[in-house]
Parts: sequence; structure tokens; C-alpha cells
Amino acid sequence: MNKNWELIISGSGGQGAILAGIIFAEAALANGYNVIQTQSYGPEARGGASRSEVMISHEELAYPKVQACNLMVAMTQESLDKYADMLADDGVLLTDQDIDASALKKSIRVYKAPIFATVEKLQKPMVANILVLGILNTISGIVKPENLSAAIQARVPAATISINLKALEEGIQIGKKLVNA
Amino acid sequence: MGNKRLVQGNEACVEGALKAGARFFAGYPITPSTEIAELMAEKLPLVGGVFMQMEDEIASIATIIGASIAGAKALTATSGPGFSLMQENLGFAAMTEVPLVVVNVTRGGPSTGTPTKASQGDFMQARWGCHGDHPVIVLAPSSVQEVYDLTITAFNMAEKYMVPVVLLYDEVVGHLREGVKLASSQAVIDREMPTVSPSEYLPYATGDGLIPKLAPFGSGYRYHMSGLSHDETGFPTSNPATIEKLLIRLNDKIEKNRKDIIKYKAYDLDDAQVIFLAYGSPVRSALQVQKEARARGEKVGLIQLKTLWPFPHELLADVFAATKADFIIPELSLGQLADEVSKSVPQAKITRVNRNDGALITPAQLEQALKGVL
Repeated sequence: MNKNWELIISGSGGQGAILAGIIFAEAALANGYNVIQTQSYGPEARGGASRSEVMISHEELAYPKVQACNLMVAMTQESLDKYADMLADDGVLLTDQDIDASALKKSIRVYKAPIFATVEKLQKPMVANILVLGILNTISGIVKPENLSAAIQARVPAATISINLKALEEGIQIGKKLVNA
Repeated sequence: MGNKRLVQGNEACVEGALKAGARFFAGYPITPSTEIAELMAEKLPLVGGVFMQMEDEIASIATIIGASIAGAKALTATSGPGFSLMQENLGFAAMTEVPLVVVNVTRGGPSTGTPTKASQGDFMQARWGCHGDHPVIVLAPSSVQEVYDLTITAFNMAEKYMVPVVLLYDEVVGHLREGVKLASSQAVIDREMPTVSPSEYLPYATGDGLIPKLAPFGSGYRYHMSGLSHDETGFPTSNPATIEKLLIRLNDKIEKNRKDIIKYKAYDLDDAQVIFLAYGSPVRSALQVQKEARARGEKVGLIQLKTLWPFPHELLADVFAATKADFIIPELSLGQLADEVSKSVPQAKITRVNRNDGALITPAQLEQALKGVL
């Protein structure tokens, strides 16, 4: 695939958006892509909306920041409202089923997923970011699932590997339903 | 699967320093350099090194000077406010010829400024922050890989020329993560040791060369070190000829080795009508625009400076003589780099693109500047 991905993963501070960006960047690197990951820092990232940006390409990357986001995750209404303007007209948004994305341009493809209902079922709200990665990768097909799984296992605390892999699998299943819907 | 790892700029600095043989760090953590202190605290003890958290930046640089005098390869890491505090002792290290590496991860200034945003406002301070005509080498990476490579180069140049080396990179370069190979073919250089016995030793006698062989304190060679103008024994002097000879030698050891010290990367200069000139994160914006312009058939080149000081006046003069190109200079300051370039190429038309709000210069800004010139 020759496509360049300009990915933003956003949420509220503490939801793990930044770690999710790092994990996805590592999976993409293992997949043979060139990657650059950056994130919002400091007061901007404390409370409120925070974001992780990942540039993914088979070509060499120079400019490190997202210019026209073609793939965005928004885990909260606030983060969607704050970053929606960065989405390209032909971009793709993945968000929770309870978030209002009706203000977006019609040309933007919106996937609404039961992110928080599912992690509630798993009784582990902290794995929402990993669940999101499972959905994101299934709808976009950017990396091989085994590379994503390996990147998750390398980054999360050892004691949480099994619950995170469970969240990944749930995310993959949700993603398959969305793609086939 | 390649053997590339996703690494942050500041982490690459730590890995490069360890590879170069650094075994001592003293510092006072400050955004956006803090990850260097954190990782040094974690990693130095594992290789038999020493990490010290100091009470401030004055103590930090004083301590690494002491460590280096005792023979260790030593570094500290800071940002603008701390770099200002370090200037007095940086001058001491230049005068006494103590090799060390000071990493300045730059943020908005003046004063405490904008801690979490990028700036290049320390360009002139890195050269002229200390009083007196002192020698210094300043290196400037623009990618994570270059942070790793140039950190090794910084230690090598410090040890080779017995001089403090400043590694200067902005917050964006310090915090971005890229896939890099943490391996280097650069040979590690260690300072030369005296070849005479302690009884015959004159620390600042350089023979036919320009660089002294300073024995580590504690190795049996007893000598004096002073920030005062000194003679070959290291003791202060008021002899005018000796004073001048020292000052000239201190600066000549850099000036006469410009070819070895000045590093840069040139892109498509041969037929260039317009040349972007940049260092640090603006290189990333310029590189994208330069590539796109070439793809459109526009004769655009790029010079990326990796050595900022000594400043490569002769390189720019030669390029201008050969191309008569216009220059576009993007920088995250009011124009400190562009001012210096105008000394190199006074006849060249220079377009300045300046940004001072903490954000990166965007490719769109540079496209617009290019349209105005072509």
C-alpha cells in the first residue's frame, strides 16, 4: 500500500492516547514503515484533550507533524471538538458510539464503536486505548495483527498483558463488524 | 522486521553519550531536556557510571568540569534558563581546556519563557554567552538519528580539541520519536595522555601542536589549573606575550581545524536558484518543500547545518559564488541565523521566515516564501 497515514489519537489526559500512539508507531515500524510519533506536552496535555500524532509512510518522512489527518481517533467529545478541524475532507474518524459527530463534513467516514461499553464489560477501563488500537487497525489494515500484538506486549506492564490482549481481540472483533456493516 | 527501534530524541542523546564513553552526568532537570536526566539516572549506574542530581545548573556544570578534570567523559543537559546560569563555568572550561558536553534542548525565551515549546533563540548565546574571545563548538541535529550520531561526535570533538562542545537542539527534535539504528561506525576518540614523566610535565605546553595533553587529576601528575591567563605550567601570568599566545592558541585550535569540525548536508545545490538554509526542526519543513519543489522541476536546494559554530562562512560563500542563488532561511527566532549568514554572503538575496509562537514552521509557510522568490 502506497498510502501515507497521518494519524491522530486523541482523548482526555489519562486515557492512554499517547501510549496508544507510541505502540501503534512501534507496530508500524516493525511492519517496515517509516514512522514519526509526536505528542502534545505540558499544560496543553494536563486534563482536557491530549493527542498523539503518528506519521506512517513507506516513503521517507521529513516534516514530523500531521498536516492533513486522514485517520483520527477521538475518545471524548472534547477531543473531537478540539481536533475535528485537523481532519482531511476524505479522512476517517473512529469514535465512541455515544459521541456526537454530526457536525463533521459528510465526506468524512465516521466509524462509531462501543468502546466504553465494551471496556466496562471487561471491567478494565484502562484498556480502552488498546481496544481502540484493535478497532483502528482492523478498519485501516495498516499493520499485521501480530505486529500490533507484539508492540502491545512490549510496552504494557507485564501483569496486564493478558487483559490488554483480550481488549485487543475484542477491538478486532468490533472492527470486523464495522467493516462488514 | 528491521533493526530499527522507536526512540525519542532525548533518549538517543543518552544512548549516544553512553556509546561515546560518557560515565558522569550532573544536572538539574528542566523541560524539555528532562528525559536525558531521567534516563541517565537509570542507565549510568548499570555501566559503572555516576549520576548526580544537583541543586542548580551552576553546580551542575561545575561538577562535570571536576569529573572531566579527573578523567571522566562528562555531560550535563539543560534548557535556556539553565544554559544562562552555566555561562560563567563554560568560559572556565574553555579557558582551562576541559572537555565536556553541554546539551541545550531549546525552548522559548527569554527568561523562563515557554517551557514546552520549541525555539531557536539560543543560537547566538551558544556562541557568545561567555565573556571573552573563547573557543566553542556547537553541533545541531535535526532528527533522532542525528541526535545519536552527533552526541558521539560532540564527545569526540571535545576530547580531540580539549574544548567544551554544546549540543543544541529544539524541543521538537528532543521529543519526537523516530525509527533509528542505535549503532555507529564512528570511532570513539579519547583525549591524549602525557608522554613525559610527572617531573618533566608542563600541562599547557603543546609543542608544535595546538592541543594540550591534560593528565587526569589523581594520576600522579601535579599541576595547577586557573581561569586566569596562564603559562605552560598552568599558573597565572601577566606577561603580555604569554597572555596573547594563549588566547590565539585557544582559538586557533578550532579555527585551524574548521574543515574537520564543520559538518553539513547539502541537497541539490548544483543548479539551484533558491537554497533553503536551516538547522534543527526547520530542516524538516524545508526538506519536504525542497523535495516537492524538485518534483515540480523547480531548481531548489537545501543546506542543513550540523555544525553551527564555528560558522561555515566559507561554505556559504563558495555555494553563492557557484550558484548566485537566493536564500530562504526559516528559523524559530527573530533572525539570529539569517544575520550571521548575511556576513557570509553579503550580496545574496535572503528571505527570512521566522516563527516565534512555539509552533513549527509549516511546509505551507515555506511554499509561500518560495513562491515569492521563484
